[in-house]
Amino acid sequence: MKAGLAVFNVLVRRDLRLFVTRKSRVIGALAQPLVFWVILGAGLSPTFAVPGAANGPDYFTWFFPGVVMMMLLFTSISATMSVIEDRHQGFLQGVLAAPGPRSAVALGKTAGGAVVGMIHAVLLLLLAPLAGYAFHDVNWISAFLALVLAATGMTALGFVIAWKLDSSAGYHVVMSLVLLPLWIVSGALFPISGTHAVMAFTAKLNPIAYAVTSLRAGLSGTPLMETLPDLGILTAFVAVALFAAARTARKGGI
Amino acid sequence: MSECTDSIAPDRFLSICGLVLKRGDRQVLDGVDLELQKGEIFGLLGPNGAGKSSLFQALAGLIPVSGGHVILRGERCAPGDRALLKRTGVVFQSPALDDRLSAEVNLRLAAGLYGTTGVTAAERVAEALEFAELADRAKDPVKELSGGMRRRLELARAFIHHPEFLLMDEPTTGLDLASYRRAWEKIKALAKRGVTVLLTTHRAEEAALCDRLAILASGRIAAVGTPEQLRARVGGDVVELVAEDSEAAVSILREKLGVEPEDLAGTVRIVADRAHELVPRIVLALPAGAVESIAVRRPGLGDVFLTLTGRDLSEDEV
Repeated sequence: MKAGLAVFNVLVRRDLRLFVTRKSRVIGALAQPLVFWVILGAGLSPTFAVPGAANGPDYFTWFFPGVVMMMLLFTSISATMSVIEDRHQGFLQGVLAAPGPRSAVALGKTAGGAVVGMIHAVLLLLLAPLAGYAFHDVNWISAFLALVLAATGMTALGFVIAWKLDSSAGYHVVMSLVLLPLWIVSGALFPISGTHAVMAFTAKLNPIAYAVTSLRAGLSGTPLMETLPDLGILTAFVAVALFAAARTARKGGI
Repeated sequence: MSECTDSIAPDRFLSICGLVLKRGDRQVLDGVDLELQKGEIFGLLGPNGAGKSSLFQALAGLIPVSGGHVILRGERCAPGDRALLKRTGVVFQSPALDDRLSAEVNLRLAAGLYGTTGVTAAERVAEALEFAELADRAKDPVKELSGGMRRRLELARAFIHHPEFLLMDEPTTGLDLASYRRAWEKIKALAKRGVTVLLTTHRAEEAALCDRLAILASGRIAAVGTPEQLRARVGGDVVELVAEDSEAAVSILREKLGVEPEDLAGTVRIVADRAHELVPRIVLALPAGAVESIAVRRPGLGDVFLTLTGRDLSEDEV
């Protein structure tokens, strides 16, 4: 247990160190979703309407949780790409040759990536008032839980994929094929209600959809009790993803 | 397996017993038995592909073995067992440092992996930087250090938790002569402190610096002993001859002098007692002008490998 905690602690600390030393990357990671938000917001706000809501929010407001989620997911997932880089550079061997269990490596890499993703998300959330979400109205517990669970679950999933791949380029391709569609069909970019039945069904299977819904509810000040069912499903996904990550590392491989 | 029977000898640190590793149909390690005494530098010499790195990876817990075990100070455990890893510092052939972070941060992280934190970690990091002669470069990113400095840092990293055992895979690969010598000074300094060292190498001159060594060929231990003991197995000194036509020289020398020369890629090699007396006879036996150069030398560990396996140490195994 102690050896496992030591490995976990080192991997999280290292990811934070690297985060601090790469300020330009942080700025780039923040700028991209902001540009996305501004362009799509400006383009779609005049015609956008939430189905069934006569006086619903404009697209700038509605899309903001989707942008936060996009950045959270992409930064968390990018962090797990370091599994491949660490393998090539040799750092991972040094960690695996330490007395800690391999599951601690999986959990440490997941936690490190999730924390880095969370820091980005929190920085972007500081702009919430510009999107029409007053800080005092936000249900921070719901919003925070949605972010933590989404970051942890998706980073763990990223770890499973990165552990099995040998090339960063291949990882990018796989993640583009998995992550981007999941984000699009999550209700982040457009409302799922009123779309084709297949899309609505896909969204029901999509863990990111529950994260986006919970985050949007949290930012809108919806009481925690009302978001608990979505957060519960998200928690189940996180548990499965963490188990898969730990199992993948335990099964072997460098 | 006899190596593993007397497992409680006081000076014995580690016994490796019947280690087997299979990859598909290929037997990478075929019942490797070794015994390491406390505080010795033990070398594992073999060509690329002989199984050295696989043995290293198995002991470091990076790959599972198909069979065998180790006995650590009288206690039986699996290779790569946590009890062994706690006491082991590992130096990889490829760097295990994060070159974006400073030397100091890398050492701190390495200390953390073994549960060393706080004041103790700070002391160990300072000691390791001193050992690596990098105290003045502590804050520099590793990518700004030279190859020799990085290697010393790797060694210091492996020793950060004060292990009893150092496991090193080709630790001096890629170093220039000066850095190579300094790295070896460090390895010997650690052994003097009582650390048991197991290192792999494919270089005969490096293996000769070890207290004892094993020759590994095709996943099997071909011989174990001190460099002197192993050299004695060659059975004489070595005459090396470069001739215009090495094949013809081999036939002539075999016929006229009754020796058993070998043609090694154009160099004729003869092992003989009182080899210096053979030199003028060789020159006289061959046609005038046929000898381009001739030399007599004591056998090296490359000759031992050739004698034991019939193969050149520089030839990779498939």
